[in-house]
Amino acid sequence: MGDKFLGFRRENGTVGVRNLIAIIPSVFCSAKVAQRISESVPGTVHFSHPVGCSQVGEDLEITAKTLIGIGRNPNFAGVVVVGLGCERFTPRELFDGIAPTGKMLEMVVIQDEGDSIKAIDAGTRFARKMQQAASQQQRAEADVSELMIGLNCGGSDTTSGLVANPALGIASDNLVAQGGSSILTELTELLGTEHILARRAVNEQVAADILRVIGNMEERLKQQTRHSSNAKRKNLISTGNYDGGLSSVVEKSLGGMKKSGNAQFVEVFAYGDAPTKKGLLLLDGPGHDGEVTTGQAAAGAQIVCFPTGRGTPSGFPGLPVIKITGNPRTYQRMKENIDINAGTVITGEKSLQEVGEEIYQEILAVANGKLSKAEVLGHDEQFCITRMP
Amino acid sequence: MKELSDLTAGKTALVLDPKDNVAIALTDLAAGDVCTVAEDGGNKYEATVVEKIPFGHKFALVDLAADAPVYKYGEEIGKMKVAIKKGTWIHVHNMYCERGM
Repeated sequence: MGDKFLGFRRENGTVGVRNLIAIIPSVFCSAKVAQRISESVPGTVHFSHPVGCSQVGEDLEITAKTLIGIGRNPNFAGVVVVGLGCERFTPRELFDGIAPTGKMLEMVVIQDEGDSIKAIDAGTRFARKMQQAASQQQRAEADVSELMIGLNCGGSDTTSGLVANPALGIASDNLVAQGGSSILTELTELLGTEHILARRAVNEQVAADILRVIGNMEERLKQQTRHSSNAKRKNLISTGNYDGGLSSVVEKSLGGMKKSGNAQFVEVFAYGDAPTKKGLLLLDGPGHDGEVTTGQAAAGAQIVCFPTGRGTPSGFPGLPVIKITGNPRTYQRMKENIDINAGTVITGEKSLQEVGEEIYQEILAVANGKLSKAEVLGHDEQFCITRMP
Repeated sequence: MKELSDLTAGKTALVLDPKDNVAIALTDLAAGDVCTVAEDGGNKYEATVVEKIPFGHKFALVDLAADAPVYKYGEEIGKMKVAIKKGTWIHVHNMYCERGM
C-alpha cells in the first residue's frame, strides 16, 4: 500500500490537489475578459495567452491541445471558456475537448454576448455559480499513485546538479516506486545526457524515442543559431548559469537530468498530450520554465517541483510550484520564495537522502492542501504555451 | 554525500566521480589557497588553487593540454581551449563544448 493524500476526486476518476475554477480564453482577443471574470470571483484563475488565431499546422494544434489539457487538469473543478467568436481555435472546440471530464463547464463568446462588458458579466455569473458548487466538495483519501508531478529547474547553478536535483530525484523515485508519475522535460537542457537516459528506458522503443526527441531538439537549436546574424544569440544556457559555475550545456544537462532520479523511463510523449502510462515520463518540449510547466499541467500534473540555484519566484496558475534550492546563500536571500532549503546538504546539516525525504513529505503536504510560497504570494507567470517555428 | 558534513568548516572542494579531472569549490577560494578536496568515496587530499575560484566553480586537478576533455559527473562536459596547470579555474574563457555553451 502506498502513501495517501487528501484530494478532490473528479467525475472521470482523476484527483485534484486544488479545487479552483479556471477561466480559459480560446484566443488572445478574449484574454482581458477572462482576466476580469477571474478578478471578480476569488477562487478562480485565468490563463491569458498571446495565441489562438493566425496560426497554422503543428503550431496551432499544440495551442489547441495544450489549452484543452489545461481545462482537463484535475486541479480545476470547473472551467469557463471565453471566446471572441471568429478565432481559428474555436471556443466550441475548447469546450468540447474539456467536456469528457464531466467537470462543470460553461462558455461565453464575446461576439455573441454583444460586447466585452456583457461577456464579463455573463462569465462572472457562471464562475460565481461554479465556485459556490466547488466550495461544497470535501477532500477525500486518494493514493499517491494518483499524483503526477512536473520536474523543472530554473536559474540553475552548480548546486542544482550537486544537491537540489539529486534530492528531487530521490523524491521522484519514491513517488514512482509507489505507482505515481513524474515528468522530465527541458530537452534543450538534456543535450549530452541522451546516452544515459536511453540506458534507463524500459524498452528499446522508449530508448529510441529518447534519442529521437533530444536529437530533433538539438537540430532545431542548430537551425536557430546557425545564421551569423544571430551570433550574439547562440548561447544555450543563461548568464546566471555561467555566473553560478556552469560552463557548457552538457555540464548543465548532466546536473539537470538528476531531477529524474534513477527510475526507468516508461514513455516519451508529445507537447499538449497526456501520457498513456504511469511512472517516469519524458515530455518532448524545450527548456523555457513556463513552456515546461505549461506542458506538464496540460499533461495532468497536479504539482510542479522546481529546483532553482540562483532563485526565482515564478509560479503557475492553479498548480502549486514547490521551490527547492541547493544554494544555502540563495535560501538565506530568498526564503520568502523558496520552500525547501537543500543547501543544508552543502552546509552539512543534512544528508542528500534526508533532503530527498523532506521534499517527498512536502509534496504530500502540498497535495493535502498546504500552499506553496509561490501560491501564497500569487505568482502565476509560468503559463506559456510552446510555439513551433 | 554524507561526507560533506565535516567539510564546511574550512576551504573545501568536491570531486563527483573517480573519472573527473576537476573539483568544485564549495567555498570561495583565493589565489594560493590550499583546500581539502573530497572524493565521492570519502577519500580526501589537499590541493592548491592558482587563482580565485568562486563558490560553485571548478578547477583542474591535473595539468591539462589544449583539446583535453574536461570530466565532471564522470562525463565529458567540454574540452580545453588552451593548456592549463592544475589549480587553474576552468570556465567559458578556457573551455569549449561542441554541443553548445
